[in-house]
Amino acid sequence: MTLRIDVTAADDPEGAQVLAAAPLVGVATLTGCRVSRVYHVAGEISADEIDRLCAEVLVDPVVDRHSIGDPPASVGRAVEVAPMAGVTDADARELERAASQLGLAEIQVSTARRYDLEGDIDETAVATITRRLLANDTIERSVEGALEPIFAGEASVDASVDLVPLASLSDDELEALSRDRVLSLDVNEMRVIQAHFAGEDRPPTDAELETLAQTWSEHCVHKTFRARIELTHTAADGTVTVTEHDGLLPALREVTEELDPWWLRSAFVDDAGIIAFDEDFDLAFKVETHNHPSALEPFGGANTGVGGVVRDILGVSARPIACTDVLCFGPSDLPDDRLPTGVLHPRRIRDGVVAGIGDYGNKLGLPTVNGAVIYHEGYVGNPLVYCGALGLLPAGSHPTEAHIGDRVISIGGRVGRDGIHGATFSSAGMDASTVDSVGSAVQIGDPITEKGCIEVVERARDARLYTAITDCGAGGFSSAVGEMGEDLGVEIDLAGVPLKYPGLQPWEIWLSEAQERIVMAVPPDKLPALQTLCDDWDVELTDLGHFTGDERLRVGYEGLSVVDMPMAFLHDGLPRRDMVGAWSDVAPVAPVAHTPDAKLVLALLAHPDVASKEDIVRRYDHEVRGGTIVRPYVGPEADGPADAAVIKPLGTGHNTIAAVLSNGICPRVGFHDPWAMALLAIDEAVRNLVAVGGDPDRVAVLDNFCWGDPTKPDRLGGLIRAVQGCTDGARRYAMPFISGKDSLFNEFDGQAIPGTLLISAVGLVPDMAHAINSAGMHPGDDLWLVGRGGAALGGSLVDAVLDLGATEVPQPLDDPLPRYRALHAAISGGLITAAHDCSDGGVAVAIAEMAIAARAGVHVTVPADGLDPLGALTNEAPGRLVVAASPSDRDAVAAALGSFGRRVGEVMDDDRIAMRVPDADDAAAGLDQASHTIIEVSIADALAAFTGGDA
Amino acid sequence: MSAPPILIPHASGTNRDGEAAQAVELAGGDPRIVHINELRRGDVAFADHAAVLLPGGFSYGDALGAGGRLALELRTWFGEELAATVAAGKPLLGICNGFQVLVKAGLLPGPMSAPREVTLTENARGRFECRWVTLRVDVGTPSWLSAAHGALIRCPVAHGEGRIAVADPRVTQEIEDRGLVAFRYMHTGAAPLEDPLKPADGAYPANPNGSVNDIAGLCDAPGAVVGLMPHPEDHVLSWQRPSGPEEGAGLPVFEAFVGAAR
Repeated sequence: MTLRIDVTAADDPEGAQVLAAAPLVGVATLTGCRVSRVYHVAGEISADEIDRLCAEVLVDPVVDRHSIGDPPASVGRAVEVAPMAGVTDADARELERAASQLGLAEIQVSTARRYDLEGDIDETAVATITRRLLANDTIERSVEGALEPIFAGEASVDASVDLVPLASLSDDELEALSRDRVLSLDVNEMRVIQAHFAGEDRPPTDAELETLAQTWSEHCVHKTFRARIELTHTAADGTVTVTEHDGLLPALREVTEELDPWWLRSAFVDDAGIIAFDEDFDLAFKVETHNHPSALEPFGGANTGVGGVVRDILGVSARPIACTDVLCFGPSDLPDDRLPTGVLHPRRIRDGVVAGIGDYGNKLGLPTVNGAVIYHEGYVGNPLVYCGALGLLPAGSHPTEAHIGDRVISIGGRVGRDGIHGATFSSAGMDASTVDSVGSAVQIGDPITEKGCIEVVERARDARLYTAITDCGAGGFSSAVGEMGEDLGVEIDLAGVPLKYPGLQPWEIWLSEAQERIVMAVPPDKLPALQTLCDDWDVELTDLGHFTGDERLRVGYEGLSVVDMPMAFLHDGLPRRDMVGAWSDVAPVAPVAHTPDAKLVLALLAHPDVASKEDIVRRYDHEVRGGTIVRPYVGPEADGPADAAVIKPLGTGHNTIAAVLSNGICPRVGFHDPWAMALLAIDEAVRNLVAVGGDPDRVAVLDNFCWGDPTKPDRLGGLIRAVQGCTDGARRYAMPFISGKDSLFNEFDGQAIPGTLLISAVGLVPDMAHAINSAGMHPGDDLWLVGRGGAALGGSLVDAVLDLGATEVPQPLDDPLPRYRALHAAISGGLITAAHDCSDGGVAVAIAEMAIAARAGVHVTVPADGLDPLGALTNEAPGRLVVAASPSDRDAVAAALGSFGRRVGEVMDDDRIAMRVPDADDAAAGLDQASHTIIEVSIADALAAFTGGDA
Repeated sequence: MSAPPILIPHASGTNRDGEAAQAVELAGGDPRIVHINELRRGDVAFADHAAVLLPGGFSYGDALGAGGRLALELRTWFGEELAATVAAGKPLLGICNGFQVLVKAGLLPGPMSAPREVTLTENARGRFECRWVTLRVDVGTPSWLSAAHGALIRCPVAHGEGRIAVADPRVTQEIEDRGLVAFRYMHTGAAPLEDPLKPADGAYPANPNGSVNDIAGLCDAPGAVVGLMPHPEDHVLSWQRPSGPEEGAGLPVFEAFVGAAR
């Protein structure tokens, strides 16, 4: 029998949120929304037992009301929403477990949410609210009225392996096959596969073809980044240069090998890069992207993005200790008529992504400490979600060599159809059977299962229970096991793999991208200890097979041969691509002139890229693990933006070294010059890191390229220029790239996203007592400006705000390290009380943000540096910071900063932000002789602009 | 004097156990993080410990309401052990998720009443929130926490379901009359902390979740069981605090806790 239980909370924040959001989607007449949790319970369970389940588990007697049986009568219109079959439903699972703990009859549970909507709303309005606020048909089904529950089926597996004949296919037919099966292989690659199996005198199995497609995918093997590329570069004066590039990834690696600092432990070879932290510990760092899933299902996409990058950290045997996230969205106020069909509104994507990141990171107990949010219309169809994670491991504790005879062990979550060919399955016609077969392209994460993996991996590492480890990500077992067994060969039996629901074919089990799984090589004599560990921590363990030594990949399912291929073909058979790129520099255009005023300063502070992100950041736990020293928001009111995060890892209290994380990203510059964008992003990451006390000689960086379709020469041309910027930057800053990621094909309707490079930096603060922030200054302190301005406003925030039409971008620094070393020496010497970098909005925004952070007045004379007042205030030349120091240290600071630093003003015990700017005509006359304009805003007004609140 | 053994149970999804252990250790205790499964098998016994600390986190992912699942496990699997711990007057402290567990299990403000009249539910703003707050130890009933009575503590909150709600205003009055409010949210200020600070009076963000009467934590009438939503274990070292008053460490709570366990 099946019955339903409805539970409603007396006061209901979610209902209030729906009510508040309805006018934003064009429904002004909604007057009430009440949310209920619905539980469908199937099983031989008595009425008494149901009452007990309600009393003990489901119903909070203080705030909940409940009904059993028919849905309660609705006062208005009711909509019900439920997860599709196969989508993670933790409440259902936990209710089933709770019933078992209470000793009740065995039950099956399916959950839903019910929204009772009140007001003068017609069917169309209900449909709009449902589609835009209540349900996402990528992972949920919804209906007006009552929704029939679906319980996991009992269908048994009729396992089969299909053969895919290739021998007689023409090129056109090969291409069609690749397209139809979503293999994403080009005709050259298909021909190589055809030839291989002709040599074997048999057709490939479905699983073999899929395994090759996965292993040879852009995602796994970075075909574009390994390709030979011919770049045609047309300079602004028309000069054409053609250059050959023997692989973008090798070029990045080459610089790292060239620099090879002593503290570099591992770069590019593993799931994450590793550097030394102190004598006992190393740090692992990785940043991933999860763009496409987040566009379809923002919560689940971002959720599993965090989960994925945390597993990358586990994949190098490190304990994850912090998360970062950088997000690029369309404008939150995008008018509905500018929203392309089939795209979620940027506001909804943002809210879902933020909730997804918070949910996963918070539940893993990881502080989310650093990030950025950028808004631009170019991200409407294709948002970017960069998720990063930092880990800590004892030096030298990451084993990387499996042995013949070692078992292939998977731990963690169960396998469903998650991620398999998601895009090709239609979600139409939702009866039980089709829903069952669709599975879900995007999954909701299960952080508690991943948390169990974290605990087990750390202990298994310390007990030396495994000889190699990797995470199960894209391609599932096929990638993880295929890579781990590359040298030795493996034999796998899929029959024992625990499934989320029955009915999966062997190739689906092999390819599933179900989350929260880790694969290890485990010596047979260590297996019992690992099993005990997993039992202790409620983590499921599966013995998949063993490492053979025959250098073949052999996969079976109850006697059926699923895959049987030489590892050499799988890993080395992929033909290298030849590609062409083209890039044309634009001739500089003189920007429109503009006279800055107080209104402009407020407009810069209010721009979404600059304005306070506290509303987002406070939904992330940035305190857990008790090691956060420099937090995302600083100052007496904790509302001034910090430059970078400083954390002291739990368990390293024997010394004063702390880790620092920062990032740099400037896609607006990339429109004009991707090469400069890369160098400027590196500079931003470094200057943020130095601003909080990081040592510029102990920095490692990650690259994350999000780009359009690289088969289009203009896209690829920009990408190559950005990679060149990275390699030039690594040399100029003497900073090795230790890992990276490229996410290509970010296009919507043939429109590429702005080519976007995220530079993430990890470094050290040698003595955490000298970690500083942008708010630590006191009235009476001197203010100093490090670095000089430049005239170029192309790609700047002021250009975006005033639409100046500037095209020339700031000149990257040739020799950046001396200034950063000088500043670091001053900070390490305890001379600097506060520091803040000049980035979006230049000196004007930097000074205003410091005043807000410290709640102290600042009076500054901005050096003209030969620029007009607008340029002087808002240019975004690299290598510039505003720092504060006591006047008693004036000589010492002057000596430490040398020619890089100029004293420009004073911190005041008032509420004024006053910026004296030399007038344009007099700019050349020098600071003291020039006539001045004074721009002044109060801290209250600046704060109001920054927070979007009222003055 | 040897350090008293303090049991810190870990369930799937627990995550502030490491910091809790650090705080207990700094206060002179001997923290022992033990998985629920080990307790259940009998490998480790409640009785061998001088006190129990239920740490923060998301036990079972907060499925079916924060703390509810672990509360059920504690009652069904360890009901006798818990009752014996409480009966022996051993200190029992729950922080954040641990507090939610103690409330949902009916141990706070206790005694177990059916139906329960106090709960922790969704924050008034309907979302998870992380920020530093100022607390005052306000315990009125004799308790191990009385050793820290009046202490002002600055520490973070990090929760989505931390709002104290009651079935009836009468219940609030009863809690107040019996001195069962263990911690109260106070107005913060950049100035040095000094008593009397004013209670937050429901104002956000000083009271971050909308709890009735600014209640941040509760104790039971015998004074052995104490719980709170904020995280004093995240402020036991001077470098952990953000800018602001150079005081307000959470250590006194743990010193009182471990002190009573000796």
